[in-house]
Amino acid sequence: MAKQDFELTWKDLEIGCIVTEPGSASSYQTGDWRSQRPTYDFTRCIKCGVCAIYCPEPCIHPNEEGYFETDLFYCKGCGICARECPTGVITMVEEEEK
Amino acid sequence: MSKRVGMEASFAIAEAAKLARIEVAAAYPITPQTHIVERLSELVADGEVDAEFICVESEHSAMSACLGSAATGARTYTATAGQGLELMHEVLSVASSSRLPIVLNVANRALSSPLSVWGDHSDAMATRDCGWIQVFTTSGQEAFDQTICAFKIAENPKVLFPMMVHLDGFHVSHVVEPIILLDQEEVDSFLPPYKYPFPLNPDKPVTMGAFGPPVIYTEAKKAQEEAFIATKGTILEVWDEFGKKFGRHYAPVETFMAEDAEILLLTMGSFSQTAEVAIEKMRGEGKKVGLVKLRLWRPFPFEELREALRDAQLLVVFDRCLSYGGTGGPVCGEIKAALYGEEKKPRVVSFVGGLGGRDILPDHFEQMIARGLEIAEKGQERAYEMIGVRE
Repeated sequence: MAKQDFELTWKDLEIGCIVTEPGSASSYQTGDWRSQRPTYDFTRCIKCGVCAIYCPEPCIHPNEEGYFETDLFYCKGCGICARECPTGVITMVEEEEK
Repeated sequence: MSKRVGMEASFAIAEAAKLARIEVAAAYPITPQTHIVERLSELVADGEVDAEFICVESEHSAMSACLGSAATGARTYTATAGQGLELMHEVLSVASSSRLPIVLNVANRALSSPLSVWGDHSDAMATRDCGWIQVFTTSGQEAFDQTICAFKIAENPKVLFPMMVHLDGFHVSHVVEPIILLDQEEVDSFLPPYKYPFPLNPDKPVTMGAFGPPVIYTEAKKAQEEAFIATKGTILEVWDEFGKKFGRHYAPVETFMAEDAEILLLTMGSFSQTAEVAIEKMRGEGKKVGLVKLRLWRPFPFEELREALRDAQLLVVFDRCLSYGGTGGPVCGEIKAALYGEEKKPRVVSFVGGLGGRDILPDHFEQMIARGLEIAEKGQERAYEMIGVRE
């Protein structure tokens, strides 16, 4: 397995700090930035997908039942989905201290 | 066969870019631009060199276009001067830390205000810490030669850093002088095609300029610094090969009548030629004076400088730039720092002059040496003095 960022020495870096592995940003847990998290009342969801369209990450995908739900590994908790949802499915709640 | 022609230095540099078979030039065409890219755009338009000439709307865009071009693996060139170099500033450090070997000629000019397009080294000094290899030249011939060498140095797989070749605005850039132009065959035999190890290619995608969080930034800078210091080996190799092939020899630090000199004068750029006149005259009067010409500005040639300066009793440093509220001349500040830890070193006196196109004559250099002796005797080396200023 490749070294983690904190294990890399200056000698391990490619010239110009180039990243040679395509799509490596997908392993970056931007969900760490979150201070609020979306919660769902799917009884109101009409599966329009507006939340997914507006998500700047974009990390909202339909779940097995077709309801749109965020991937918390990436969700930064910006709350745009909650603001844009036309039927009021989504409520942002504070992340509790770990 | 190389030929000796009377030519403006700017035009000779455009010829150098042509002979280097540049593939892309991106440049802003209006003041403070020089005739370098004006001539180059003609050479491209006439089909004399098979290159794309991107006429951009600012120097910031010029350097940005150069980044993209160099990243595809194209041999990339631009030129600017004065305020134009300042407008490039943000992108200069992207080029160096991304390790993109762009070659840039700078016709050194003063910075506004008051508005000045005339020559001094203020533009270059403001880019000192941008991570570019930087050399200074004293004539059109040197600027031509160094531009050819710059491609070979910058693009070397062990280097991959961008490089600036400085020539003094007007005093060199706009002067017609006899210049020996190499021919295409000679340049081709010296300069191999550019082969960038990570060219932008959809079949093998890479990410350039990715963000570097605190966990990696320090390592990135350490890697850059180590690689940058190591470029000196290649610089020396390339200059050595150039000298052997074409008979014109270059070194990080060059001297003139400096053997057994008790007093050394240090200059950078074309005023070194004027200083030579003064030194020659003073030698004729039996004075033990000599001249040290600093060519390689970054990476700074610590060993060579210490070697050249060690045996002198007094060193007079002449700067064409002012570090406001600082050490006076920025070159002198660097030299003092380089000498600080040495047991045997000369006393150092700093002069600043030749600002914004003001001439410095041989007499001025004689005055600097005489005044330098006075200052050193009184132990007033901490201060610097401006030369030629009306009180």
